[in-house]
Amino acid sequence: MPTQITTEVDARGSFCPGPLMELIKQVRAAAVDDVIAVLSSDPGSTADIPAWIAKAGHELVDIEREEGYARLIVRKTH
Amino acid sequence: MDRPRIVILGAGVGGTLTANLLAKALPAGAADVTLVDATGLHTYQPGWLYVALDRANAGWLARDVRSLLRDEIDLVIDRAVEIDHAGNRVMLERGGELGYDHLVIATGSHLDEAAVPGFREGANHFYSTAAAERLREALRRFDGGDLVIGVAGLPYKCPVAPLEFAFMVEEQLRKRGLRDRTNIRYLSPINRAFTIETVSTMVEPMLAERGIEVSTFANVETVDPVERRIDTLEGESFHYDLAVLIPQHVGAEVVRKTGLADVQGWLKVDRHTLRVQGTENVYAIGDATDLPISKAGSTAHFEAPVVVEQIVAAITRRAPDEVRSRYGGRVMCFLEVGGGKATMLRFDYDNPPRPPKPSRFWHLAKWGFNRAYWFTLPQGRL
Repeated sequence: MPTQITTEVDARGSFCPGPLMELIKQVRAAAVDDVIAVLSSDPGSTADIPAWIAKAGHELVDIEREEGYARLIVRKTH
Repeated sequence: MDRPRIVILGAGVGGTLTANLLAKALPAGAADVTLVDATGLHTYQPGWLYVALDRANAGWLARDVRSLLRDEIDLVIDRAVEIDHAGNRVMLERGGELGYDHLVIATGSHLDEAAVPGFREGANHFYSTAAAERLREALRRFDGGDLVIGVAGLPYKCPVAPLEFAFMVEEQLRKRGLRDRTNIRYLSPINRAFTIETVSTMVEPMLAERGIEVSTFANVETVDPVERRIDTLEGESFHYDLAVLIPQHVGAEVVRKTGLADVQGWLKVDRHTLRVQGTENVYAIGDATDLPISKAGSTAHFEAPVVVEQIVAAITRRAPDEVRSRYGGRVMCFLEVGGGKATMLRFDYDNPPRPPKPSRFWHLAKWGFNRAYWFTLPQGRL
């Protein structure tokens, strides 16, 4: 069964504040167990976002690579 | 037939400029333009940084909105308390209501200091005139110790501001002979000093050179005003003697109740037309939107003409100009780096910024802009 997404944020074309800041904003506002998808056209996001998730102790559910952007799916765990 | 009614909520950069551009673009008598603002004052918010750092006084930061508006605009000084988008009307605090054919919401961002436990008691900031003046006093009293600069909520307006503050406060403390007795730490929410990689690459050596320590992945979660300790979302703690933290920002209360905004109160808009999702005749600009771009005066400045073109086209019964009715994500801002130097960032949805090397020129350009602001931008002369 595909993961149920609680919130999806389209951060494509966001240079400032950027996709990672958009994700942190969503995680702060979300409830535990919510699943957030962030779309990013910044190639750095596929490294930056997993690094933050690891440090903050959340779960990286998946990275879906589409043409010209990636869709990163994150579960808030605490 | 009655004249079309355009109501604009909020007299910041976005609302004031939209009102003036509409009044200018519409044929005389073609529509009624009404601007609603709770205070009747227009504040030049980039000035707060300079007030906090004792480089300017607060006197030049606010002006009567009326003095910035074209004569044909009606100014209503009252608070909008409810937006009935199905009934096309706005209810006001003093009991009146305004019907509209087109609504532009430019109600900005607001501070929620209570969102972070201990913030109000333990932290300073420069995101209001009163707070900037309090921080100026706290800095005057400061005689060394741990100075921590960080971000206690996302999103926040003017993403470069805490970095500018770090550079400029370092300079101030050096001049006051306090630098040797002060540790300056910059808590960055992400894994580098600034969100834009090219800018980060430029400023990181400058921070290192000035002895400003950067802690990455550090999003402030709580402040303990007794222990003088900041705890982060990522599980770290930092001691402070003076904490300068960006407070949580939220959308205006009136829009949070509309059902058109996200949980933080940012209106969901189309990223190109700026039309509020779920409506036909409501637009939002500036900080009030949920767009993943900088909350900054320049964003509102570049968005206003896009909304104006669509409304004018509707009223004059012509097709909107394809280019001018589409927002491309354009933002521009200055970044002070201390020592009388600055750089400039300009970007849009498709093009990242390529900031020039910091120089005296961009610092003077920022000061020139600060001074020219009152006579140019709100009136649509830039």
